[in-house]
Amino acid sequence: MIKRLQGLMLILFLVITLNGFSNALKINFNFLINKCFNSDTGKGSIKVPEGFSATIVADNVGKARHIVISPKGIVYVKSMRKINGKGIFVLKNVGANAKLTIIDTFCNYGGTGIVIKDGYLYASSDEEVFRYKLNAKDEVINPNAPEKIVTGLIEHHQHETKSIALDNVGNIYVNVGAYANSCQEHDRTKGSPGRKPCPILDSAGGIWMFKADKLNQTYGDGIRYATGLRNVVGLDWNQQTNSLFVMQHGRDQLFQNWPQYYSENDGAEFPAECMYELHKGSNCGWPYIYFNQQLNKKMLAPEYGGDGKTEGDASFQDPVIAFPGHLAPNGLLFYTGKQFPEKYKNGAFIAFHGSWNRAPLPQAGYFVVFVPFKDGKPTGKWEVFADGFSGKEVVNSTRSADHRPCGLAQGPDGSLYVTDDSKGTVFKISYTGK
Amino acid sequence: MKKNSLLVLVLLTVMVYALAQSQKPKQKTQDTPAASIERGRAIYQKECLSCHQADGGGVPHINPPLAGNTVLLNDKTKIIAVVLKGMTDRIPIDDEYYSNNMASHAYLTNQEIADVLTFARNSFGNKASVLTAAEVKVVRGVKKK
Repeated sequence: MIKRLQGLMLILFLVITLNGFSNALKINFNFLINKCFNSDTGKGSIKVPEGFSATIVADNVGKARHIVISPKGIVYVKSMRKINGKGIFVLKNVGANAKLTIIDTFCNYGGTGIVIKDGYLYASSDEEVFRYKLNAKDEVINPNAPEKIVTGLIEHHQHETKSIALDNVGNIYVNVGAYANSCQEHDRTKGSPGRKPCPILDSAGGIWMFKADKLNQTYGDGIRYATGLRNVVGLDWNQQTNSLFVMQHGRDQLFQNWPQYYSENDGAEFPAECMYELHKGSNCGWPYIYFNQQLNKKMLAPEYGGDGKTEGDASFQDPVIAFPGHLAPNGLLFYTGKQFPEKYKNGAFIAFHGSWNRAPLPQAGYFVVFVPFKDGKPTGKWEVFADGFSGKEVVNSTRSADHRPCGLAQGPDGSLYVTDDSKGTVFKISYTGK
Repeated sequence: MKKNSLLVLVLLTVMVYALAQSQKPKQKTQDTPAASIERGRAIYQKECLSCHQADGGGVPHINPPLAGNTVLLNDKTKIIAVVLKGMTDRIPIDDEYYSNNMASHAYLTNQEIADVLTFARNSFGNKASVLTAAEVKVVRGVKKK
């Protein structure tokens, strides 16, 4: 009897406690919603420079990676994973407000790359590149029968995404990421030496160039345009310089795998995340060197005899500009619109996905950066353009970031769009000042 | 009389000392789950945290989470093998694929692997039984302290 009474009391106690908890959570949740996203106006908590405004224009757009907007305002978003069997989302502004509505989905593969060029929509899976003809309204004519442009690219489940960009003379550039951290005998293993020459570089760790209109090309049909690039996600064709610019994801684990040479702080700050301007034959030096943004020098990688102090081969290409380590640049866009103030014209916007390997220091990134350019060269330091995507003061664990910036696109009106592959959110940043 | 009582005192002291000595090693070998978890926490911070994160949540699409990880919780043999050999297979974990390779951690002792797995099995919202050095030894298949 007593036992039964005790049991009842325990249940009663649990019910009261849980109820109290859920009430507390509800209040907290509403508070958070009010604080971060005023649902009436769609205004986010994204901090942008004075005169600009940032709004959420779409949510739940799959694992939204890269994004492109047609001249007539149709938005195409590539999802990293298929959602209900579809990997491309089509969005359009159909109402009175600025929101985008998902009007269609198609494409039977996940991936990252998506670009519009000369009446075609190009999109990539992690092994192939396809294109779809657009009609006069910028709609895909035959969503179930794309032309296969490139096939058989290496996909060894590390740095597997294939970002794409096109030039103005009919070539498409495809990133093939290296399926390793630093080409060690045993990947990501403490003290394991680097393989020399690195065998990965014959078919990955670079940018390959193919014809944009030729079917079923593979390695033998294209050329290795640039090498020594560990992994590129963000890239864009610069119309001013008429050349390809890429953002490299620098190597990981300097401290974890080489603690005799690097402090925890070194491991968090180095190597730099680098922007390179590529030309045919460019070699940026991975895995043999990495860039130290504080010394402004190319350093010999510890897997190849480096100790954090020894410089590497000077013949490798220098970056255009370097950023702190591990911030993960996933989107690059040279601004050609007329909406933003003059300072932004031809400058570079970079979407940083945010780090995972700066521990035990807090993680960093989760923002969009701007670099002013003149005549194809940076004219000043980089600055944070849009911040607050993580929704946290401090991010200690990557998954606690609310949003992770990934893709960038310019709308026909000159607004800047930013995707988030964590919640599938699309942000629109416009200049409203005078 | 005085001599006798002194003798008794000496004898008693010796007996108590001997008893204490005999119990000392016994206490030393006595391990608790809490002690294993505490040792495991320190190993986690040194060996695992940079990839699997402070909250055991992993990194989306890159490094798998340990929180709620069904291999970690339900398959001792497999999770011990992962720590010993690392993992480069392209297989889904709880229906999601993760890109990065995991290095071998065979340089850890059986006890260290048991401790860190016991910690992970009882952290980040996880709750599972203690994993012992003897179980690691069986999977490793060779004698190692």
